Amino acid sequence: MGAVLVYVDQVDGAVRKPTLELLTLARRIGEPVAVHLGPGAEVAALVLAEHGAARVLAAEAPEFAEYLVVPKVDALEAAAKAMNPVAVLVPSSGEGKEIAARLAVRLGSGIITDAVDLEAGVDGPVATQSVFAASFTTKSRVTKGTPVITVKPNSATPEQAPAAGAVEPLTVAFGDAARGARVVSRSPRESTGRPELTEAAIVVSGGRGVGGAENFSVIERLADSLGAAVGASRAAVDAGWYPHSNQVGQTGKTVSPQLYVACGVSGAIQHRAGMQTSKTIVAVNKDPEAPIFDLVDYGVVGDLFEAVPQLTEEVKTRKN
Amino acid sequence: MSLRIVVCVKYVPDATGDRHFAEDLTTARDAVDGLLSELDEYAVEQALQIAEAADDAEVTVLTMGPEDARDALRKALSMGADKAVHVEDDALHGSDVMGTSLVLARAIERTGYDLVVCGMASTDGTMGVLPAILAERLGVPQVTLLSEVAVAGGNVLGRWDGDTASERVEAQLPAVVSVTDQSGEARYPSFKGIMAAKKKPVESLELSDLGIDAGEVGLAGARTAVEEAAERPARSAGTIVKDEGEGGKQLAAFLAESKFI
Repeated sequence: MGAVLVYVDQVDGAVRKPTLELLTLARRIGEPVAVHLGPGAEVAALVLAEHGAARVLAAEAPEFAEYLVVPKVDALEAAAKAMNPVAVLVPSSGEGKEIAARLAVRLGSGIITDAVDLEAGVDGPVATQSVFAASFTTKSRVTKGTPVITVKPNSATPEQAPAAGAVEPLTVAFGDAARGARVVSRSPRESTGRPELTEAAIVVSGGRGVGGAENFSVIERLADSLGAAVGASRAAVDAGWYPHSNQVGQTGKTVSPQLYVACGVSGAIQHRAGMQTSKTIVAVNKDPEAPIFDLVDYGVVGDLFEAVPQLTEEVKTRKN
Repeated sequence: MSLRIVVCVKYVPDATGDRHFAEDLTTARDAVDGLLSELDEYAVEQALQIAEAADDAEVTVLTMGPEDARDALRKALSMGADKAVHVEDDALHGSDVMGTSLVLARAIERTGYDLVVCGMASTDGTMGVLPAILAERLGVPQVTLLSEVAVAGGNVLGRWDGDTASERVEAQLPAVVSVTDQSGEARYPSFKGIMAAKKKPVESLELSDLGIDAGEVGLAGARTAVEEAAERPARSAGTIVKDEGEGGKQLAAFLAESKFI
């Protein structure tokens, strides 16, 4: 079976869930070989092996953190040349997509981004994508070179599949471009303690109807009662009520949780693009004509400041 | 010396329209009105602000696309760009990101540049990888997905806001940048701007002007193929209730029934 390179997305050595999803998808098309860049490979290898990584290629260099994108491309290129893989899979973050794209140029390959599913095909892996604001589903294939495919979070359920996962050093020679774009300073964001938006099983979002930054506590309280992540529509983010990192929609995050709770969100196309593949959708909105109601499994036409706190209390009561 | 800025823009089907696929599984461009991709307006805006802050600068707006794509160039010119380049060739139909980036990279080199500015993604393809590929092809640094950008002392500086951290980043010119929709509202063209745009030069180029073979681009040169496209089935109609005082409780009952609580 051919090797499938899986780029490991990690924060301070902790492997993020989308990487485990990629390992699960990679097993459908070949033998997963993880590529881990930065410190902590030995620890990461344990969880990578548990999820099917036959080998873990590891490289450590200050360049990976101090310079943007290109050092990681150099490393993946070295791994691709060493392994001659049948495919390269990268998680669909902003940086992940750019790493994948530059790698594809170097390998003379085509690239598919934002796959939501992946299966083996007669002529190589077939990627499912959700396009035109999720109004169409396509199946595509890379027709030239080693397929390079980026995969969105929540595209598969990580499966345990113990494999050897031995750590092997990967030798990387950085090219001239590697030190071209420098990180001058980094300020970490304070953690909210809530689940990551794209990985959460439940997302509670607030929109224009929330009416102000201070009112977002109503949304947060419901989210916390459900153990959910908090999202916001573009209108709410543009108004400065909630951070852009929580924006759901075309220019923010795409989420596909088990349950999406839209509060005071009208459901404009830009927002729908980011959430309409959610399994179950419910909404509270005072406008009965709001397009969000076309998507819902259950909708409440009413004042969110009445219905949402009542829902929060009821959730707490039922959970106890 | 003049700062030469090239802004890459795309003419796309209106995202609020009913977009679909043509028979050859390329994006259908007939049924829905086209326009300058909204996310590219932010790129034009940032390019103009950088040019305004420089002693001497020239902003060229570049697109590849059919005849109608000229509308996108006109919009950017009416916002304040100085001139435009339009690459138009029948052989370009069906180009994927590799073909498109090859054409744009050659046209950028031909125009001459110190800084290339792009939007964060197109609103139709939504890949968001073109700026990185341009940097790879041009052999210059990339600083992308910036919510703040400026040029000073031969460097481009910016701020990138990620999920777990914000970073200040910089690179030496020449470089490729992309800016997000958080970089600042794009200006509306003034009446004067619209009138002035009519007199601004728009250069038309074909593949032969760029030394590109027809086989390298379009459907023929594409390295990816869409094999199936199916409309997502409409979601089945849900239950809608009017809140008569028990709306929150009713919703909770639904969530309990669906095993979420």
